[in-house]
Amino acid sequence: MHSFGYRLNTILTAASFILAILCSLASFSDYFNVPTINAHIEVLKVNRFRKQLTGNDEVSLTFNISMDLQSAFTWNTKQVFVFVATEYDTDKNSLNQISLWDHIIQEKKHSKLQTRVTTKYPLIDQGSNLRGKQIQLVLHWYIMPKVGRMIEDKKVMSKFSLPESYT
Amino acid sequence: MGLFEETMESIKSLPIRDFLTQAINFGMIVVSALMIYRSLMIITGSESPVVVVLSGSMEPGFARGDILLLHMNKDRIRAGDIVVFKVNRREIPIVHRVIQVHERRDTGVVDVLTKGDNNPGDDRPFYAHRQLWLQQNHIVGRAVGFVPYLGWATILLNENPVIKYILIGTLGCVIIFTKD
Repeated sequence: MHSFGYRLNTILTAASFILAILCSLASFSDYFNVPTINAHIEVLKVNRFRKQLTGNDEVSLTFNISMDLQSAFTWNTKQVFVFVATEYDTDKNSLNQISLWDHIIQEKKHSKLQTRVTTKYPLIDQGSNLRGKQIQLVLHWYIMPKVGRMIEDKKVMSKFSLPESYT
Repeated sequence: MGLFEETMESIKSLPIRDFLTQAINFGMIVVSALMIYRSLMIITGSESPVVVVLSGSMEPGFARGDILLLHMNKDRIRAGDIVVFKVNRREIPIVHRVIQVHERRDTGVVDVLTKGDNNPGDDRPFYAHRQLWLQQNHIVGRAVGFVPYLGWATILLNENPVIKYILIGTLGCVIIFTKD
């Protein structure tokens, strides 16, 4: 009854049960943090705008990003993955969502940034519908926890009209 | 004591009864594990509700040995979602982030492009030959929860089959032969 194995089993069971409870509480505490994200994105210039050999339009942009993600960080935050995506619709597609730039922030002190970037991934359309197209820029952030539930949210940024002709 | 009672006593003392009890206990453990897994499949709507991260392609968010809880609902797949997908020629599912979505206006079919946060380029080299996009049917689930380190046990067991057989054998013996 009070053998070594029996005691070890009891201790391990209790320890893992308590650990599971603590992890759930840590994840639950994230519900009390409602981040208010301030951000601004502005397209500075169109670096390249052409039609690929495949017939798809390809765009490279340079933009200014300023954002403050400090309120997204809690004690259970491992990192925040932030990315800028563009959204637009075409005759063929009711939604096109293309990520242009992303960034991983691991510490709260690095979560306030102002930077000028070029698109990390080119904006490639399915077809050639981008001349004169108005595209919507959206900032997405994806909070990855130390344990528990992952949180995603987004904020609509400025609109930008692409030029009428290829460069 | 009559002949009947004597016979009953001798049957009861046979070790076969103990053995059967232990076998049923063992069966109960196996079956309840299966029931929990199946219930999770129904609740999450995903054919594999839990996956172990096997590569470092999502570092530093997910490391090898971490566990992801998946969910599969009617929500459309959108950029930023971390999805688990299987492409035809590969057995092992991959966990990566969606970076492009194109949703067809007439049919509602979605074309999805993925990329690992820690990889320099997108996932097209991992897809089937000449495959440019993933569709809904390639996607097993969307990651909604995260538990670190818990998957190391499965990785160790799968990569060292000897440990696996020794462990299963010992556990089986313990369950069958101990009496509480």
